[in-house]
Amino acid sequence: MENGLIIELKGVSKSFAIGGGREFLALKGIDLEIHQGEFTGLVGPSGSGKTTLLNLMGALDNATEGSVRVLGRNVESFSHTEAAHFRKESIGFIFQSFNLLPVYTVFENVEFPLLVAGVAAEERKKTVTQALEWVGLLDKMYSRPTQLSGGESQRVAVARAIVKKPRIILADEPTANLDAENSHNILRTMVKLNQQLGTTFVFSTHDQKVIDYLRRKITLVDGRLFKDEALTPKLAGNDK
Amino acid sequence: MLQFILKGILRDKQRSVLPIVVVGLGVMLTTFFYGYLKGVISGMLSSNAKLGSGHLKVMTREYAELEAQSPNDLAILDVPGVLQKLRTFAPDITWVPRTRFGGLLDIPDKNGDTRAQGPVIGIGLDLLSPGSTEVPRMDLKKVTVEGRIPQKPGELLISRDLAKNLHASLGETVTLISSTAGGSMAIHNFVVVGFTHFGMGPLDRNLILADLSDVQYALNMENASGEILGFMDSGYFDRDAAEAEITRFKQTELSSLLVMHSLADSQGIGDYLDMVDVYVWMDLGGMILLMTVVLWNSALMAGLRRYGEIGIRLAMGESKGELLRWLLYEAAVIGLIGATLGACAGMGINYYLQEVGIDISEMMKGSTVIMPPVLRARVLPEGFFVGFLPGLCAIVLGTALAGIGIYKRNTASLFKELEV
Ligand SMILES: Nc1ncnc2c1ncn2[C@@H]1O[C@H](COP(=O)(O)OP(=O)(O)OP(=O)(O)O)[C@@H](O)[C@H]1O
Ligand SMILES: [Mg+2]
Repeated sequence: MENGLIIELKGVSKSFAIGGGREFLALKGIDLEIHQGEFTGLVGPSGSGKTTLLNLMGALDNATEGSVRVLGRNVESFSHTEAAHFRKESIGFIFQSFNLLPVYTVFENVEFPLLVAGVAAEERKKTVTQALEWVGLLDKMYSRPTQLSGGESQRVAVARAIVKKPRIILADEPTANLDAENSHNILRTMVKLNQQLGTTFVFSTHDQKVIDYLRRKITLVDGRLFKDEALTPKLAGNDK
Repeated sequence: MLQFILKGILRDKQRSVLPIVVVGLGVMLTTFFYGYLKGVISGMLSSNAKLGSGHLKVMTREYAELEAQSPNDLAILDVPGVLQKLRTFAPDITWVPRTRFGGLLDIPDKNGDTRAQGPVIGIGLDLLSPGSTEVPRMDLKKVTVEGRIPQKPGELLISRDLAKNLHASLGETVTLISSTAGGSMAIHNFVVVGFTHFGMGPLDRNLILADLSDVQYALNMENASGEILGFMDSGYFDRDAAEAEITRFKQTELSSLLVMHSLADSQGIGDYLDMVDVYVWMDLGGMILLMTVVLWNSALMAGLRRYGEIGIRLAMGESKGELLRWLLYEAAVIGLIGATLGACAGMGINYYLQEVGIDISEMMKGSTVIMPPVLRARVLPEGFFVGFLPGLCAIVLGTALAGIGIYKRNTASLFKELEV
């Protein structure tokens, strides 16, 4: 399944205004291609531009220079509404801090993206149950986020990201707040999703546990693409 | 979606309680204030109407010009005829003749010499006919605090304070000294059968009340009366309806000799009503402004507290517009709850005041303004919305103002600030 070109960056630079009329160049001339079904990680020291790059891929931010094509569309030319629509349709985000909505139950949190996308109630119920089954949280579906452990919270966040079956999941340090056991748990779930649904995963991470599951590791240093290597996953990630 | 909003509001007390309290209180105060103001005004209007002006007043053109002096030589002459025409002209208005007059009341001693004497203001009105509407209108059963209401010709009610000053007692024969319509001296004897107390300063000092036919006889003005008053059946003064009647009246043949005035024409009451209207609008405006500012603030705080939520929802693909719409829906639901509670509470207070009232007669002692002795509010249908709608507007407006912040910032920097 690794033939379709799904993310294509050409000569991408990103600068931030940092006050006093000065600019900070966070990404410098990045060329990068990611194909359908990849399980890829961005690694590199803090401040090297990993989050910035994920945000560009997810249409949360615009490149200063170069072109960002995702799923065949020119993300950098999107209006705000187009970008939102694009995210709603095609991208799932997972964050370091799980960012569940505290007033809603586990079930409702996972249901939320479907609600926003206007999916009918019947369909929502089916799909949410499925997603919770994926992450093994059916028994907690009426709990509120405050009643969950960190690992469980992140699994809810994963369920929320996958419930609308996006083509791409962007995960920014998803294991940073988790212990080893929970990290492995989450990663195994993601590998399973990747293999059974063909969802493309792009991580940003410092975590060796994550790296152990990757099939491709892209190293950023100081905003530049420093190294791009194929890996044989040490854990669970068995290539077909 | 409404279900989700309701769940959010119900589960997150911090999100809902403060705005509900603010909206509820604001709406309650506005509703209450409106009903109270309307109540005080209609109380004042109805006192003025009952005791002097009617809702409408018909006089001769010449009488109207000197109205304050009650020039009975310029009275309406053929009262029965005019009354009949007026009743055909406006059957849903009750028309009653009244004659106001001034004079001296003389209390004689055993020998018939003057024991005490004092100036009085008198009203001659229908007290004796079986179906008299004046007795209930003037609330005479209650107002006659000692003795009884006149039951036959020659009987007189005088104010209790006046009786005290003149040392007059019940059953005593007193002499009214006044002038006839023709200008000569009028002297007429009455038996004092009751003392009145209206609880309104000017009326309690020197008012006397007698049956109209006695007054007509005493002042030598048979079949004549200074004024004919009209009272609307609702019991409340309706300014627009009054103006309409006046316009209609001007097209009848009656208007060749007679004029019709509205309660709003008398003694600056019209100006007062205009002023009150302006005041109501200013008050409502001020209330909305105040509530909006408070709610804007609380929406801003709520926004800060919910930065995480906003960020994650942006990431999940809601546009800023959709987010803002959600927040506005949420505000509207909260506003609806608060405004309903507040309006009901306000109406409840008004209902209590309408039915029970607050007795201010002690406070009003010695006052020269005709004010009803019991303050009442009025429960008016529009009173519900007078508070309700501004309350709803205020919270939606406050939220919208707070939401502009979300709108203006670009997604990426919002996202950064949200620290997702
Ligand atoms: N909005 C911004 N304004 C100014 N500078 C920014 C902004 N966002 C990021 N940067 C800078 O760009 C650089 C890259 O940031 P980024 O968040 O992508 O790093 P990262 O690789 O994700 O680091 P970490 O591993 O610590 O998360 C950093 O030096 C950061 O200070
Ligand atoms: Mg980062």
